[in-house]
Amino acid sequence: MYEAVTAEGQTITWRDPKRYFWIGSGIIPLIPVLILPMWGATHWTPIWFFGPFFVFVIIPLLDIAFGLDPNNPPDAIIEMLENDRFYRWVTYLFIPLQIVVFLFACYLLAGGTFWTVTEPLTWVQKLGLATAMGMVAGIGINTAHELGHKKEKLERWYARIALAQTAYGHFYIEHNRGHHVRVATPPDPASSKLGETIYEFLPRTVIGSLKSAWELEKKRLARKGQSPWSFHSDLINAWIFTPILWGTAMAINAAFGLQTWQILPFLVVQAIIGISLLEAVNYLEHYGMKRKMLDSGRYERVNPSHSWNSNNIGTNILLYHLQRHSDHHANPTRRYQALRDFPEAPVLPTGYAGMIVLAYTTPLWRRIMDPKVVAHFDGDISQANLHPRTAEKYLKKYPAPEASREVAA
Amino acid sequence: MSQFICPNCEYVYDEAVGDPHEGWPAGTPFADIDETWTCPDCGVREQVDFIPIEEFVHNDQDGNIISAETRSEASPQ
Repeated sequence: MYEAVTAEGQTITWRDPKRYFWIGSGIIPLIPVLILPMWGATHWTPIWFFGPFFVFVIIPLLDIAFGLDPNNPPDAIIEMLENDRFYRWVTYLFIPLQIVVFLFACYLLAGGTFWTVTEPLTWVQKLGLATAMGMVAGIGINTAHELGHKKEKLERWYARIALAQTAYGHFYIEHNRGHHVRVATPPDPASSKLGETIYEFLPRTVIGSLKSAWELEKKRLARKGQSPWSFHSDLINAWIFTPILWGTAMAINAAFGLQTWQILPFLVVQAIIGISLLEAVNYLEHYGMKRKMLDSGRYERVNPSHSWNSNNIGTNILLYHLQRHSDHHANPTRRYQALRDFPEAPVLPTGYAGMIVLAYTTPLWRRIMDPKVVAHFDGDISQANLHPRTAEKYLKKYPAPEASREVAA
Repeated sequence: MSQFICPNCEYVYDEAVGDPHEGWPAGTPFADIDETWTCPDCGVREQVDFIPIEEFVHNDQDGNIISAETRSEASPQ
């Protein structure tokens, strides 16, 4: 319960209805472990592919079942809510769980046995386990995202650790100093364009973000007269956590007399799955959105109309309010528990988890999302972030309102 | 020596201290910093958006549209 005095001098009290639900986000790093009892009960090999099933089927169903959550904290409470350390501990909890479960999964990948796993896993079962690890890895990038935005140095180090599993250490540099600066503009590799498929977007964002992160760090280090190839680089001192983590897993396996480097292909697979999961979310967060270029040559400031939101409580709990994306881009350092829903911001038809499934089925995605983008720009898609390859086709298919009136006349 | 503040996240650039991590040694005047340098904490304000700390009343982390210019219109009185 929080109590505060508003600017108008009124005393208000407010209780956060989601407070204890946030602990539920801790289920995510446990996904690979959840498979063990299910395996024990069924001995059915496809159960090892439970990870993607959980994220792409169960979570979207939870979103449909639990519906929307339009609850916003009152303005006067936001600061107190942000300073409540309980919420920080919820995000900190994710990381030790993620690390321990990762090391345990690596032990199983190497042929280790434990509890219901009485025989070393077959390679198909290992592949299934790697997909579950990939789900944790991808959502781990979201945890790193929450922590990497914070001002406290410690939380930025936690972000690096959470990124180790996917070898995506450059993410928190590129995301904060690249993506947030250029969001919803054509040069941003992590903002998808109207007409761009997710299959075109994935390589563009992965390669573009890496290049951009390197350039940003090179520029910063050049001001200090330091080399981009040193531990002064926030990229290198983030990437280093990956060989440390992966190496620790192999060392533990060696101590048990199990395989070591042989698990590498599975580690690569889970990292690719994790990165694809995160980048699929990037794909749907700003699809088609474009900030106007001002006369000064700068883009207009980011406002709530530049991000796609969702108020589905299921995905929101598991992703720390990531779907309240407009407020996040307006106030990037604001802590997740204090992010608000803007009624005027663009809204997706369902939660991010379900939208990822849609994103991967291009024709369905276009049928549902393209009209939403058109409506968002009041029919004038020349204002949208058009993909050069499909721009002409789109402008013909969705003529601006004036143009269509001329045709009718 | 003056201080300048980010109107979004309240990061403070103190000329006396500079920001060595960002490559601005102690004593770097704020005017010498690139106009396109982004706030190291929030990333959504640039050097030209910063204001002298004496002029700062409240950040613009409020309601509808986030720009500082519209703040007084946006907040209900």
